[in-house]
Amino acid sequence: MFTPKPGHAFVLLVALGSGAAFAEGPNLGRPIDPADIAAWDISILPDGTGLPPGGGTPAQGERIFAQKCAMCHGERGKGGVAAAVVGGGPIDRIEATKTIANFWGYSTTVFDFIRRAMPWQQPRSLTDNEVYALTAYILAENKLIGENDSMNAETLPKVRMPNRDGFIIRFPDKI
Amino acid sequence: MAITPDRQDLVGLEVVAGNGLLDRRAFLRSGAAVAGTVMGYTFVRPAAAAPLAEDPWSLGPGGLSRPYQQRSRFEEKIVRTLSNPNGEPRTSHARTPHHLINGTITPNGLHFTIVHSGTPDIDPDKHRLVIHGLVKQPLVFTLDTLARYPMVSRFSFVECGGNSAPMFSKEPIQASVQALHGLVSCSEWTGVRLSTLLDETGIDPKAKWIVAEGADSLALSRSVPVKKALDDAMIALYQNGERLMPGNGYPMRLLLPGYEGNMNVKFLRRLKLVEQPAMSYYETRTYSQILPNGKAFRFYFLQEVKSFITHPSPGLALRGPGFYEISGIAYSGNGRISKVMVSADGGRSWGEAALQAPVLSKAFTRFRMPWRWDGGPALLQSRAWDEGGNVQPTRAQFVAERGETRNIPPVLGFPNQHYNSLTSWAVDGKGEVKHVYA
Repeated sequence: MFTPKPGHAFVLLVALGSGAAFAEGPNLGRPIDPADIAAWDISILPDGTGLPPGGGTPAQGERIFAQKCAMCHGERGKGGVAAAVVGGGPIDRIEATKTIANFWGYSTTVFDFIRRAMPWQQPRSLTDNEVYALTAYILAENKLIGENDSMNAETLPKVRMPNRDGFIIRFPDKI
Repeated sequence: MAITPDRQDLVGLEVVAGNGLLDRRAFLRSGAAVAGTVMGYTFVRPAAAAPLAEDPWSLGPGGLSRPYQQRSRFEEKIVRTLSNPNGEPRTSHARTPHHLINGTITPNGLHFTIVHSGTPDIDPDKHRLVIHGLVKQPLVFTLDTLARYPMVSRFSFVECGGNSAPMFSKEPIQASVQALHGLVSCSEWTGVRLSTLLDETGIDPKAKWIVAEGADSLALSRSVPVKKALDDAMIALYQNGERLMPGNGYPMRLLLPGYEGNMNVKFLRRLKLVEQPAMSYYETRTYSQILPNGKAFRFYFLQEVKSFITHPSPGLALRGPGFYEISGIAYSGNGRISKVMVSADGGRSWGEAALQAPVLSKAFTRFRMPWRWDGGPALLQSRAWDEGGNVQPTRAQFVAERGETRNIPPVLGFPNQHYNSLTSWAVDGKGEVKHVYA
């Protein structure tokens, strides 16, 4: 199956030649200014790239959580019809429940997921300050930050999650 | 000793493994009568058929043709099983009934779907795909403009990273192949190569990852290596010839052949080229799998070589001794299936199954194995190899590396991810099929 056959080199050259001839492509994509992508561009990277201005404290987050989150995630985030966001046991079995405290590797993921996906019925309705406050509240309730620590673009990426080094890249050659 | 052509034919028709497995060529090359003679027995001919008579549907004109045809009303029970039929605020799974269909292509209405916050009702004329980040020129594409690009078609399976999760149970869970393995399906996908679009935006050499995002309410996002995007990634617009089904990503999805289903982002609206992975919820939590030592695999990507028998399987009882075709599906995210072996005696002996052509890379391959069931207990297994030399691990090998649950999980649960070991079906003397570990 993998035996080289005469003619392969020729085919390759032809393919490269035709590729070059059409390198311009149909060019039907419309240019857009990065500023005009802003409403969709909610990507946050683990080093904090993309985090917006603003900030919030656990105390601010506690009030928002009670109002907009507790109906699903339970009082103080202990779990309800949706998963608990506070607490978590040891990773002592392959089916252990993964929680923010025992599993998540990066604090930025908490901000990112709340901002893009929550609350369930009205995603992307929270202000950035509200998202920071909720992130601060959840991290504080999990004892990952102090109860008066404010979360913002500077402080959030510096929060070290307990399971940061608990991961193995399965197929490094695929990256 | 030289084998004459005649002798070769005889060898080819023999029983190849224990408990009645016949050579895979037995019924491809010759009639059953010949095979029966050569093998030294004949299949018992059933009792005489009843006299034939006209049926009512033959004695008058038939029904109307519909603009979009529906299957026979007698087939209406062939459906997906739903994990969340009332749309409660959680993930909804719909599983493919592999034991009730055949071939290698999953009909669109039966393709598995998982939606994490319901299926969005997207107006295709208003949908946009933007490619931005570390590119030379950010670009926006509509469905109409994408439809004017050079297209490619390819067959590809899509499998949820959590397919077969009940197999992590320490005890075998009694369930159908649909419940155990229903989160994988295979289609012909048609669309535009992602590399074609990236040629137009240009790629900053610093870009190593592409964060793909959907237009669903979760804006579901996954990080994909640029390496995969430039290899065989596609913006898929058509599924088996028609536009994508809503649950499969209408009007467009990212198709990453052979990669974990969740990375094949549906309702695709944004691709951002970046230097580092986003560590999104689904990649750092849901689809990172815990190992017995407490560490977890991240960026698993590949759906590794796997096979399972669909016929017979639980719910498809055998009706008396005699001939049956054992058949199933095999696939690998690494490429083509190169070999499938089948056992009817729990792995003590194996015979090579016939692979139904065409055998395509990263797509379902149907395997078939003629079998004479003697009416006694049998233990059916299949084991697949791919062209990269990867082989499906035995259960003992798999459990030693990946572990199994401490308690028996619910059949709809996801105790872990990426199970690709063997599946074993026990046939008892009555022809009933049960799920067992062997």
